[in-house]
Amino acid sequence: MSVELFVFWMLALVAVASAVLVISAKNPVHSVLFLILCFFNAAGLFVLIGAEFLAMVLVVVYVGAVAVLFMFVVMMLDINFVRLREGFLNYLPIGGLVGLVLLAELVLVGASWALKEPAIAAAPATAELDNTRALGRVLYTEHFLVFQIAGFVLLVSIIGAIALTLRERVGVKRQDIARQVHRRPAETLVLERVEPGKGV
Amino acid sequence: MAELFASTIWPVTVLVFQILLIVVPLLFAVAYLTYAERKVIAAMQLRQGPMVVGPYGLLQPLADGLKLFVKETVIPTGANKVVFLLAPMITFILALIGWAVIPFGDGLVLADINVGVLYLFAVSSLGVYGIIMAGWASNSRYAFLGALRSSAQMVSYEIAIGLIIISVLISAESLNLSEIVRAQGEQGWYVFWHFPMFVIFLVSILAETNRHPFDLPEDESSLVTGYNVEYSSMTFALFFLGEYANMILMSAIASVLFLGGWLPPLQVWPLTWIPGPLWFILKICLVLFVFIWARATLPRYRYDQLMRLGWKVLLPLSLAWVVLTAGVVVAFRHLPA
Amino acid sequence: MLALDKVARTVLLQELVKGFAMTLRYMFKPKVTLNYPYEKGPLSPRFRGEHALRRYPNGEERCIACKLCEAICPAQAITIESEPRADGSRRTTRYDIDMTKCIYCGFCEEACPVDAIVEGPNYEFAAETRAELIYTKEKLLANGERWEREIAANLERDAPYR
Repeated sequence: MSVELFVFWMLALVAVASAVLVISAKNPVHSVLFLILCFFNAAGLFVLIGAEFLAMVLVVVYVGAVAVLFMFVVMMLDINFVRLREGFLNYLPIGGLVGLVLLAELVLVGASWALKEPAIAAAPATAELDNTRALGRVLYTEHFLVFQIAGFVLLVSIIGAIALTLRERVGVKRQDIARQVHRRPAETLVLERVEPGKGV
Repeated sequence: MAELFASTIWPVTVLVFQILLIVVPLLFAVAYLTYAERKVIAAMQLRQGPMVVGPYGLLQPLADGLKLFVKETVIPTGANKVVFLLAPMITFILALIGWAVIPFGDGLVLADINVGVLYLFAVSSLGVYGIIMAGWASNSRYAFLGALRSSAQMVSYEIAIGLIIISVLISAESLNLSEIVRAQGEQGWYVFWHFPMFVIFLVSILAETNRHPFDLPEDESSLVTGYNVEYSSMTFALFFLGEYANMILMSAIASVLFLGGWLPPLQVWPLTWIPGPLWFILKICLVLFVFIWARATLPRYRYDQLMRLGWKVLLPLSLAWVVLTAGVVVAFRHLPA
Repeated sequence: MLALDKVARTVLLQELVKGFAMTLRYMFKPKVTLNYPYEKGPLSPRFRGEHALRRYPNGEERCIACKLCEAICPAQAITIESEPRADGSRRTTRYDIDMTKCIYCGFCEEACPVDAIVEGPNYEFAAETRAELIYTKEKLLANGERWEREIAANLERDAPYR
């Protein structure tokens, strides 16, 4: 068994095991932690097939940002763990159905990929190009429009979130740091010599 | 057997040796960074600093380390034990693994990977987990508040750091750290071309490492040291080491991205005679001095001020600079085909 | 012009630069603190430190067990028991000071008619247990012997103002 194969099996097994633990862990915070472990192993698998850019982006985006927010939310929630687990069997059929559909889709994708070998050959050769450059080239030429639209969808969602939470309140006193910093003593300070017993 | 030795055992041995060659001096540097910090701040406050243990207090870090080592590790009863103990380890390990891609000289790098910058960015974005986990597992209000603050803070400033890194990447046309340094050898250091970004980068790494004036996660006056309030002994020591190792790592990143890594300032004789790694270490020390200098100079930000600075000042500025850099590259340099 | 001035100040981070320049300047100023265990600041002759019981130059204890110090002590840190000695003079059999109670006000010193109990110049008598801070007569007399030279010199220097 080569080292590479050994590493693959290790990463794959840990990924699957932690994915199982995500849904079976009693504590939701532990679930998030196992989810992060799962992401990590997925990133490791990406590195193994030579997609180091994707691996790093997976870590930066999903582990570094998305999962942090998950964790943030899960920690803040006051969940009754026992009641949460009561309906587990009730949801099993529909959950299993969704799982089956996903599995079928994956198999279909894999099968079509395996059948249409020339389709991936169209991707730029990565021998002389590192895969960051290759990915950028494909994203910004062939799939430019799709890429931009994806960006716009994200922008819309950001603006939507801001619009939902933004509310103008009247009579709020805000700190204007620029004004504070720009104040000169001459503008605000008056030195008076006050005679005793007379007041200003 | 001989084949196995040649193919697996020998490379692994060499690798372990190389890792030790980085980690051991790094831990030594961390110990003496705490000493340097105390001395520099003392000097700025007209004090003497540590003077008792060893000549000029030079053995003080060892004494501190020994003290932390022999103390009892207290685990609070309400704490989530596994996560509680995992958190300081994660912090410490993350502060160490970043060094794998740092080029100490031309070719002197443990793993010369093509996405080195992204790797460092990923490692630094993971740093927040140690703090969140510590804050949550401690089962303490202060620790939890510290963790919440730090997660918001680090996520916010990472965006500015990311955009600054993009500016540098556009100029260097590579994500490989060694390539970035070489590009600076040809184009001149990026601290000159991207000076405003260098300043913003310094501010952002202060926030990213939870250092003054952005040390809200461990704000003594409102959170009694925040996320690590329940930690003691070696678990605390790991946080402490992690924080300082992170400072050194961030300084190294700043030197690689902006200060020309291992390159001497000018390609003239007495300067080129000094070996590259020494230049690199000198630059790291310079940035570290700025860290300490800022601590001695600036008062702590309030939380809303911190968020305002990150989102309303640094983010737009660095975004505008990315556009500017891209524009300049498109206009004056041929695009990569 | 004023607006331009303001913009320039903001863009060049004038406030920050000023602050950083200040701390950098201070870094090279001479230090004002002492390297404590090796360097010490001057002490007034009136300094009220660790207590001591003195003796006359011929070796006789000064204390006559008048208990004025015990009476005046605001913290009630002093405990005295006395008996006539074989030669008929009144002497203490017990003279305890609880240093954990003492507030170092110096009233005992002021009250003493024979300059027996004094507060010497020693302030480095930290101990690891409370028991070590319950001073007995022996300990106080030993202090007196140890610090007699400094105490006598201090008393002499302060005498004109008493």
